[in-house]
Amino acid sequence: MRRPRLLYVPFWATYLFLYAPIAVLVFMSFNSGDSPYSFEGFSLKWYGELAGNAEIRHGLVNTLVVALGSTILATVLGTLLAVGMARHSRSKLLDAVSVLPAVLPDLVLAIGLLVFYGMIKMTLGLHSVLLAHTVFGMAFVAAVVRTRLTHADTSLEEASRDLGAGPVTTFLRITLPQLTPGIAAGALLAFTLSVDEFVIAFFTAAPTEPTLPIVIYSMVRFGVTPEINALATLLLAVSFTVVIVAQRMTRLTESLS
Amino acid sequence: MTRSTVSGAAAASRSRRSRALGRLIFLGPGLTYLIVLLLIPLALVLSYTLFRRGRFGGVVYEATGENFTRLFDPLYLDVILSSLRLATIATVIALLVGYPTAYLIAMLPRKWKTVALVAIVLPFWTNFLVRIYAWIVLLSGPGLVNSTLGELGLGPFEFLYNQGTIVTGLVYSYLPLMVLPLYAAIEKLDPQLREASANLGARPARTFVSVTLPLTLPGVVTGCLFVFVPSFGNFIIPELLGGGRSIMVGNLIRDQFLKARDWPFGSTLALALIAVLIVLLLLQAWSARRA
Repeated sequence: MRRPRLLYVPFWATYLFLYAPIAVLVFMSFNSGDSPYSFEGFSLKWYGELAGNAEIRHGLVNTLVVALGSTILATVLGTLLAVGMARHSRSKLLDAVSVLPAVLPDLVLAIGLLVFYGMIKMTLGLHSVLLAHTVFGMAFVAAVVRTRLTHADTSLEEASRDLGAGPVTTFLRITLPQLTPGIAAGALLAFTLSVDEFVIAFFTAAPTEPTLPIVIYSMVRFGVTPEINALATLLLAVSFTVVIVAQRMTRLTESLS
Repeated sequence: MTRSTVSGAAAASRSRRSRALGRLIFLGPGLTYLIVLLLIPLALVLSYTLFRRGRFGGVVYEATGENFTRLFDPLYLDVILSSLRLATIATVIALLVGYPTAYLIAMLPRKWKTVALVAIVLPFWTNFLVRIYAWIVLLSGPGLVNSTLGELGLGPFEFLYNQGTIVTGLVYSYLPLMVLPLYAAIEKLDPQLREASANLGARPARTFVSVTLPLTLPGVVTGCLFVFVPSFGNFIIPELLGGGRSIMVGNLIRDQFLKARDWPFGSTLALALIAVLIVLLLLQAWSARRA
């Protein structure tokens, strides 16, 4: 089929639209002047300022603690749930509940958890964000692992059962090794989503323990500074690397299997 | 009783027990977590819609229907309607931009297809606030667009803090979610159908309207839903790009919880938000069944 020439206009316009703001942001982060708008010369001074910013460092550490903790919890719970749903249950209701956190607007989950934490009189802190992020992290891990399970060969599991292995042994020796790529992909997804998550963290974090997105939010609301440009550039670099590495990894596992 | 039936019964009871054990081990922890941290919180929000606010925040457990009548107060109804309008405009623009892009990506050679798709999702995986901030840098008073226009002797214009900027921000943030399902639908399309239509004398426009578009409609519906849902409940974009007033229902909900401390009314607004989304999901399920 011929590619209509005319389509190249909206095609390139889309990419220009997606990348122009990002490009300007990155360019301005190397500005030697104090204005985030007019470029005066190349310098890394804002990266230096950034390194010395205690507030940002605090937010970064908090974000990593939350993301790591919730990813571990979400991976364990989500994997078990996926296996349970694929092998031990036929409940449609359970299926629906397990994807609910992924389709529910984040704002609704955020206020629900705020109300719930208030009700049980739990003090807010990092743990409250960690528990909240686990809710949607688990949904994504379960979904990813489950797709993998439906494609997996069940005859090995049946053979293991027939030879007298219990459900736990079968899971640990047979199912789990087959699932590793799916679990890794799910965990990566949960981690990335947690690092970027703002709305739920905004509602469930203690004011003294903000995550990095909350710190960015208050900086952006306060005004535009080249320091945010530098921070944004670093974050962009990290997520671009992660996406590209993940892309390479999936292609590698696809070609191996 | 023969030996084989005895061992058969024992095996059956063992396998029943092992199945129950399997359920408990695999479904137990995740299900408990979902009940405690998802279903109970949602049920709480739902129940709050029926109660009165306390004088200093919190809830007084005294049944009332006034939260629902307040929804129809023009003050709040206008906000709900304007969020519907802004989210709809953003969805339509994303569709108009996303469809031709997805169409062309689907026709690229295999190697470039992957590159083009990764380039579409890449911005989506970067911090949401950072992407919104990028627009502030571009559009604000002394920003790049104004200074470029200034060189040409134009402006300066106030680009930020109006509904157009909100729509721009929404399209920018959720465009990838439009392109992906569209691409999936277009990619599945059998090129022979389009060729047959062309061979039978249909002009490209006619082929598009009678063949391509109807066959990719499920992708269109999914893409529209993916853009509309996060747009409708958004409160960050209207706040940062719209000038901080309560313009969309998301801001209103946020304010009821964090500023006005009226949890019952905030919950009712959230319920209205969910109700709109459920109607849309049902529409999508209906259109998927028809396709």
